[in-house]
Amino acid sequence: MKFEEIQNRAETEWEALEHSEKPRILVGAATCGRSAGALNVLQTFNEELAQRSIDAIVMQVGCIGLCYLEPLVDIIKPGYPRICYSSVTPEIVPELIEDYLIKDNPRPDLALGTIGDGEVEGIPKFFDLPMLKAQVRIILRHCGTINPEDINHYIAHGGYSGFARAIEMSPGEIIEEIKKSGLRGRGGAGFPTGLKWEFCRKSPGREKYLVCNADEGDPGAFMNRSVLEGDPHSVLEGMLIAAYAIGATHGYIYCRAEYPLALQRLNIALAKMKEYGLLGENILGSGFDFDLEIKEGAGAFVCGEETALMASIEGKRGMPCPRPPFPAQSGIWGKPTNINNVETLATVAAILQKGADWYTQYGTERSKGTKTFALAGKIKRTGLIEVPLGITLRDIIYDIGGGIADDKQFKAVQTGGPSGGCLSDEHLDLPVDYETLTRAGSIMGSGGIIVADEDTCLVDFAKFFLTFTQAESCGKCVPCRVGTRQMLNILERITKGGGEEEDIDKLQKLAETIRDGSLCALGGTAPNPVLTTLRFFRNEYEAHIKEKRCPALVCKELVSYYILPDKCEGCMICLRNCPVGAIKGEKRMVHIIDQDKCTKCGTCLSVCPPRFHAVTKVSGEKIEVPEEPTPVASSK
Amino acid sequence: MYNKLAELLAPYEGEKGALIPILQKVQGEFGYLSDKAIHEIAHFMGTSESEIFGVATFYAQFRFTPRGKHVVKVCLGTSCYVRGATQIMEALEQKLGIKSGDTTSDLEFSFERVACFGCCALSPIIVVDDTVYSKITAEKAKQIVSSYE
Repeated sequence: MKFEEIQNRAETEWEALEHSEKPRILVGAATCGRSAGALNVLQTFNEELAQRSIDAIVMQVGCIGLCYLEPLVDIIKPGYPRICYSSVTPEIVPELIEDYLIKDNPRPDLALGTIGDGEVEGIPKFFDLPMLKAQVRIILRHCGTINPEDINHYIAHGGYSGFARAIEMSPGEIIEEIKKSGLRGRGGAGFPTGLKWEFCRKSPGREKYLVCNADEGDPGAFMNRSVLEGDPHSVLEGMLIAAYAIGATHGYIYCRAEYPLALQRLNIALAKMKEYGLLGENILGSGFDFDLEIKEGAGAFVCGEETALMASIEGKRGMPCPRPPFPAQSGIWGKPTNINNVETLATVAAILQKGADWYTQYGTERSKGTKTFALAGKIKRTGLIEVPLGITLRDIIYDIGGGIADDKQFKAVQTGGPSGGCLSDEHLDLPVDYETLTRAGSIMGSGGIIVADEDTCLVDFAKFFLTFTQAESCGKCVPCRVGTRQMLNILERITKGGGEEEDIDKLQKLAETIRDGSLCALGGTAPNPVLTTLRFFRNEYEAHIKEKRCPALVCKELVSYYILPDKCEGCMICLRNCPVGAIKGEKRMVHIIDQDKCTKCGTCLSVCPPRFHAVTKVSGEKIEVPEEPTPVASSK
Repeated sequence: MYNKLAELLAPYEGEKGALIPILQKVQGEFGYLSDKAIHEIAHFMGTSESEIFGVATFYAQFRFTPRGKHVVKVCLGTSCYVRGATQIMEALEQKLGIKSGDTTSDLEFSFERVACFGCCALSPIIVVDDTVYSKITAEKAKQIVSSYE
């Protein structure tokens, strides 16, 4: 079938849907929506609609990014704009059906915003909301709008027209177009994509491989998952374009097993591509052959590294190899191989659809285009965002993210996951681009942004990241295997109150040795969280080491709980709840915590009635309390 | 078991790089990789058991002991961590009476820690079998696990 025919058919189908007399209900049912209860909401809609004999189209869509307001449901009623409702529970569903679908009240009190043309009084425009206003959605353009399991929805929105354009061009022209767009690898390293393709294109050999790296292993990152769940075809179209440009005949999608929904959607998408002649032999009559298969990752962070990933595809232990030879020269089974990240490939499809000139209007001189970020941690509005590169961290955290949750103070922002660094408030006005973040000591990474507030201990935070990288070190090279273990030992000692004066110097030296001496990027970047916290939050290390004090009151061994004698009313609640029986006292007598028995679980603090507020948590200080229970102050 | 294994392995005859998919398939069927299964896979692939063990032990996904009826996973990703996953971990260790990586002696529950589920915006997260629970507290986590007893 010719592409025009496929396109016409898809467009006709979409038009019919758009002009349908039936109301449409779109439920955001990506993994994040599901964990918030989207499937219950979906089921309730189906049941309640059936009960009232209302003929409606209920479909699942991907994540639109406002994860903190999940589950999100959009209702498109003929004659009205599309309205998005947030935090929808099964209890609200009958109300929406009765009030809006049956009567004509769109319930502005429950609505979040209108999407697209048209306005409704009392409901703001969705894309004018503070979290969305500064965003530019290219990679996420279809997420939350189309049915990810229906290839026609993607095609009707311009999908595969980039590939159709590509096969009219020569591979060299495509590579030039990608070079012109300035696109750089979105997996984190930021290597120019066009250049990478050119190396593989020029590499001799008839058999070449293309790999989509969907092994999103950074804790705190979920950008790739959202794209694969919400718009898998955009990634697959990017793969077709890349394969054609470099001359690959076979492709792999290496996706982590922790993403079952993404894997399911990819499988459905591949089957549809085959049905439409977009995969296999002589694709769209162009003479280009390409096959794709999914490889499920088996849980190893290091497999995000290119050479380790290739070893894993070959069925071996996922251990990195020295480069050169680069994958473009000798990759899977010794053949030239090109590896791109999910987001890079989704962007490629958009660039070929709309042109490099259109793409370069976004971003900075050296970092073009947009980037998705997973915004999480102690921030008000968590979720998935896409912004033009060059935006400041402050804009991301405060304008888009709404600032710090629970009126706490900002302390640090970690970009780039365990390979990245912790930046402080002095960096908030830095533009987010590859070079600036690297210069500040962090990295762009794949796009995780975790915000820490005053209650986060940064020594403990650095220890958290190192615990992760240490466990994930493949063990092949000594600096990484032994060095990260030694660093972790020192950090453990410091957080337990056994830190020594020279520990800071030791950490610094070890970190630099590991960074410079490791074989792959896992080891090369593992010390980053420690290096940056040592640089920007050294006072916290010093407090732990010199004063045996944890300023954020996090490190268990360094905090104590006390019951304040002047506030305790002797109500027995903490005493009864203490899991280790460390509290003594009786009714109307001041309770006392036996510091030797106390396991510092914090139960007493959480159960003490707020009107008494008698339990306090301190670090580095001792509070005077009586040795034996005495009558409470109010009875004296 | 041998018949079932042979049936599972047959489609991979002669396929390059099939070891990891084979291990996934076998574990999916039997719940874990038994010594017998490893022996059979080695025989099928024409290699040694130590080769197979070498690959299998490298990846976090593979297990060599039977798993409980329900699997409780606590996410210890960065976002969950800053929002109190450690307390949830401790509460569940206490509740189940086992450490992460272990299975209760009645084979009812296995308890695991996971690096990240990618639901960071709704952290902290726990996953029981295939159900994801978001915005969990230590107290809620114990209640959720109780509901599977």
